[in-house]
Order: sequence, then structure tokens, then C-alpha cells
Amino acid sequence: MDPLQFFASSRLVIVAGKGGVGKTTVTATMAIAAARLGRRVLVVEMEGAGSLGPLLGSDRALGPQDAVLRSATDDHSGMVLGRVVSPGEALTDYLNDHGLRRLSGRLVKSGIVDVVATAAPGLDDILVLGKLKQLERAGEYDLIVLDAPAAGHAVTFLRSAKGLADSVTVGPIATQARDVLELLRDPTRCQVVLVTLPEETPVNEVVETAFALEEDVGVQLAPVVVNGLYPDRPDLGSALDAVPRRGIDDALIRAAQFRLARQEQQDEQVDRLLALLPLPQLHLPFRFTAGLTMSDVEALADRLLDQVSALAA
Amino acid sequence: MTDGPTGEERSPGQALSRIVAERSIIVCCGSGGVGKTTAAAVLAAEAAEQGRRAVVVTIDPARRLADALGLGAAGGLTNEPALVPRADTSGAGELWAAMLDTKVTFDRLVELYSPDPAQAERIKGNTFYRNISGALSGTQEYMAAEKLYELHADERFELVVVDTPPTRNALNFLEAPARLTRFLDHRLYRALTAPTRVGLRAVNVAAQALLRTLSRVVGSDAITDAVAFFQAFEGMEDGFRQRADDVDRLLRSPETAYVLVTAPRQDTVEEARYFARRLMDSGTPPAAVIANRVHPPFQPAPSASRRRRSAEARAALTELEANWAELQAVADGEAAVLAPLTDRLADVPVATVPLLATDVHDLAGLAEVADHLFDRA
Repeated sequence: MDPLQFFASSRLVIVAGKGGVGKTTVTATMAIAAARLGRRVLVVEMEGAGSLGPLLGSDRALGPQDAVLRSATDDHSGMVLGRVVSPGEALTDYLNDHGLRRLSGRLVKSGIVDVVATAAPGLDDILVLGKLKQLERAGEYDLIVLDAPAAGHAVTFLRSAKGLADSVTVGPIATQARDVLELLRDPTRCQVVLVTLPEETPVNEVVETAFALEEDVGVQLAPVVVNGLYPDRPDLGSALDAVPRRGIDDALIRAAQFRLARQEQQDEQVDRLLALLPLPQLHLPFRFTAGLTMSDVEALADRLLDQVSALAA
Repeated sequence: MTDGPTGEERSPGQALSRIVAERSIIVCCGSGGVGKTTAAAVLAAEAAEQGRRAVVVTIDPARRLADALGLGAAGGLTNEPALVPRADTSGAGELWAAMLDTKVTFDRLVELYSPDPAQAERIKGNTFYRNISGALSGTQEYMAAEKLYELHADERFELVVVDTPPTRNALNFLEAPARLTRFLDHRLYRALTAPTRVGLRAVNVAAQALLRTLSRVVGSDAITDAVAFFQAFEGMEDGFRQRADDVDRLLRSPETAYVLVTAPRQDTVEEARYFARRLMDSGTPPAAVIANRVHPPFQPAPSASRRRRSAEARAALTELEANWAELQAVADGEAAVLAPLTDRLADVPVATVPLLATDVHDLAGLAEVADHLFDRA
């Protein structure tokens, strides 16, 4: 598949998955890959750990205003911007826009907003999605990549639109919920990229999330990203067999056995995922480091573009 | 917390073993995906090995844990603790497991503090209540604390181990009781319940105006439900508040140990440092750290001698060395990532569980983790 076409197939991409699988890394990688193709990309972080900005080379966490993380170069016009859209702010904005401007600060501080959000659960989620819809509609960006909340919450988060559209039938919230649901269900506007690891529990969880999202929300699922795969060392097995056991450091043998066992397990999990979830897969390699930096993201973007090119059109 | 000079001669495994032997509550905290649930199960199982009656409460609906504990066939884990079948039943130790059901736990509290069953039913049937018991942020943490309190008071158990919800701010757990109290205390609540009281007409008028505006924004049904809930809840606040205070006291008592679970990744360790700071600020410093899924260093470092080797053996050796170097680079990187956390918590034992060759999903896996955690590997 032509990568440019891949990144142009919908303007909003929601990246979701269980905690610790690398959603933020995948968000950053997609942004860099798309920017290299000349796209103007916005990455959006919810109330996360604030690691998206630094991962994209910024010296600080993202804020509520667009920050330029990578500017356009002479070679291409692609760039990456980033911002935070938090439920609290989205709710305050909404109250401001609906005649509660004078009160909104006090409502938030006194906790009354908690009562309101409890009275209409999913309200804050719908406001975040509403904000994204506004950004998507503004046409200022070619691609918006959202680093979504962790798996269980992602389902609740995306389901909120349907829940509210069903339960609230009139008024501004009902309109908002219907608009958001329309966005989520239109594959030319929005897709969800699920991220997982080649391990037992994350695979189970991603399969569950995928079916829940498709059935309950009706959202289009993009290829699933399998992250953190140990790069294959095709010769390691035969090397272990070929090497004479005598006079060889034990550490070398144990390291090879460990790697082979993990690799075998990964292969099993990748096959299992393919059997359980009929979606194309994009494989991203494990980086042999504990703290990813911008250069890792660049390398992952290379790999992502290769993997996308290899997809069937 | 008086844990004595924790650094003295004891290995992290021994320190952890002592926590398991002596405390009556262990709270495992850390960000999502670091293995809190597994750690909690291993700690409770160890207590049972030591002869204590322990219960592990999980918040994560992890069916695998139920399977691993041999409870999958019995319908998995429920809100009611179930005895885990163990191979060695010679000692006095028992291992129990339960899964937190937020709604059932909350319902029980409502029943406890309702003056009569009719009022309890009125509350439980209210839509707003159902939203609170399912969705109010902090409710899950609060009910986890409540469950912990309940089990602590239960004479069947000497040790309660809990994995806190995988929230960004796992310490909501500590603050949850106070949060509910605030919720019950605040002005809208009092304004809303005012219509049933005498002499508060002024508040009432102001409240009505606010309600009209809010109804316009979020829909009138939602607000009507909220008012009905608050009215039904009237008179029960004191009971709830008292209970919240008791739970809070237990969470801060020296009987309770906080074990910080982390994985050797930059972002995760940064969150762990944040948790550690928050725990210290709350006067409950972490009693131990568990660094989970750490790449094992394969030592001693190989020497590169190739003399008297065939060309084939030399090529094979090069391949093995390249693999060793890659894995060693991660191990070194992970050690560097963990250092700022362990340096900061100089007096706190740090127990390490290596990344195992296969995933943990059965009793044998849990036992293997335990061997590493308690220095028996």
C-alpha cells in the first residue's frame, strides 16, 4: 500500500491499547512517518503522563496550545504539532460556551462539575471527542493522532458517544453526541489503531477491545500494531547448535537460549493474534534500550513506512 | 513507619519476606501494565507459605489470575473471597482470592447506613446512584479501600493484599475516602437537599436557578435523578463520613505497607518516582520496591578468545556474542533507568524480578516469580 494513501485515508487516528504496550511511542512514530511524507500532523495527548512531547524532541510536556515539535524543512512541508486536550478543560470550555461563563471556575473548584459529570456519565469524554471533531473539521491539519486512554477506558471513552446519543435526546449534548458518533463511524474521517505486545495477556486484551469497539461503537479498525518484537536473529538457533559446548562462556549460551525462547513465544502470539483477529498487522521492533529517544522514533518510523508499504492495497 | 534501619545486611528478598510476615495490609501500587496483579498474588501466596491466612483482592478483572490460581473453573473471582486450592496443605497457611465488585461493595455500604430497607432500595434504584457506583472518578479507589477495610476486619484473614486500580494517579486510593466526604459535603449537595428542610428558602431559590441552567446544558432527566438521589441519601452522610475516616486511618497506620511496583522503562520509572514522592508526602513511604520484568544480565561477560576454533565455530560464536551484546545493552540501559528511583529511595529495599523466558499465567509461573522475588532462584 502506498504510505501516503495510508496516512490520507482518514484525518483522525485514535491510538488505543493496554497500559505499557507503547501507545505513546506508536503515536509519535505515526506522526513522524506522516510528516516525512509531507503531512501536517497534530498529535493530541489526553491527561497522560506528559511523555509525548519529550519523545518528539520537545524539552517540556505538551500544553493546551499547539506547540511545534517538528517544523517544515526545505525538503518537505511536513510538520508535527502537539497539544493536550483534557476532559477538565473541555468541560470548562463547554460550560463557558453555554452561558455558565461566570460560574464555570467556581463550578470546577467546588466539585459541582463532578456532580454534573456523574449525572451524565461520559459527558467529559464526549467533550474531548467534541473538541477533536472541531479540530478535524477546522481543516488545519492533514492528520490528527490521538494518544487515547488505556484499553478498558478506551472502550468506555469511545462508547460514551453512543451512550449519550441514546439517553439524551434533545439539547446541545445530544447534538454533540450525535456529531461525534457520526465522526467515529465514518471510516473516511476516523480510524482506530490498536497497539499490543506479542504476549499472552496483551493479545487477549486487544482482541477483546477490537470486538467491543467494532460492535458497540461501529468504528473502523486500522491495521493492528504489534510493538516490541525482538528483531529476528535467523542464525541464532543454528549458531547455538554449531558452537562447541566446551570452553564456551555459559553467559553466551544462556543469553541465546533466553532469546530463542522469547522469540518462539512471540511467534506463537503473533500467529494467535492473526487467528483471533482478522486484521492486517504492522510489526514494530523492540528497541534495545530502556529509554526511547527521538532517534528511536525516527528508526521506528522507517520501519513503520516499510511495513505499510508491504500491506496489501 | 518504624521499619528499623531497613538497609542493614538484609537482602531485598528477605526484607520483602519480613513485610509479608509482619504487616496486615499490603497495597501494591504503580502504573498500568507493570504487573501489580501478579505481584499481589505472589505476595499473598508467600504469606500462605509462611503459615498466614492471606487474601488477595484484585481490581483488574484478570481472568488469567483466576485461572492461574485454579479458580477459573469455579466461575472465576468474585466479590466474595474464595479459598485457593494449594498443593501444600500441611501448614496453617491459607490463600484466598477475591475480585472487587465496586457496585456490590457500594450497595452493601448503602444497606449498612440506611435507616430502613425501603430507603436502601430507593437509593439503589436511582439512576444517579448507579452512575456514581459505576463511574464517579475515584469511586473504584474508594470501594477498593472500603473492601480492604472490610476484609481487614474479617477474622478469617491475617493479611490483605490489594492491587490498586491502574489509574494515572494511583494514589487517588489514599485520597478516595476524603474525596467522597467532600462530595457529600459540598454546597450543591446541600442546596439540592434543601427543599426538604425548613427555613432555607433563599438557598433554595438560588439552587433552583442553578439547576435550571444546568438542566439546559446536560439535560433535565440527569438533574432530576441527582436531586432524587440526594434527597434519598439524606441522613446517611454521617455514617458514610465516619466510615471514610476509619478507612483513612487504616490506610495510614503502620500495619499497612505500600509496595511500589515498576518496570524498567523510562516513563514507568518516572511515574514510580512520582508515586514514591506522593507516598512520602502522605507520611506512608514505600516499604519496598518491586522492579518487574527486568532483562536478566547474563554474567560473567564472555571473553572473546577464538584460538583453535574452526571457521564455522568462529562464525557461530560471533552470532552468540552479537546476541549477548544486544541483551546486555538493554540490561545496562534498564539499570540506568532504574538508578534514579533506587538512589532516591536509598533506604527502601528493591527486589527485582527478571523478564522470564515465558509469560506468567499459571501457578508454576507465580512460583517462579516468587523464587526470584524472595531470593530463592
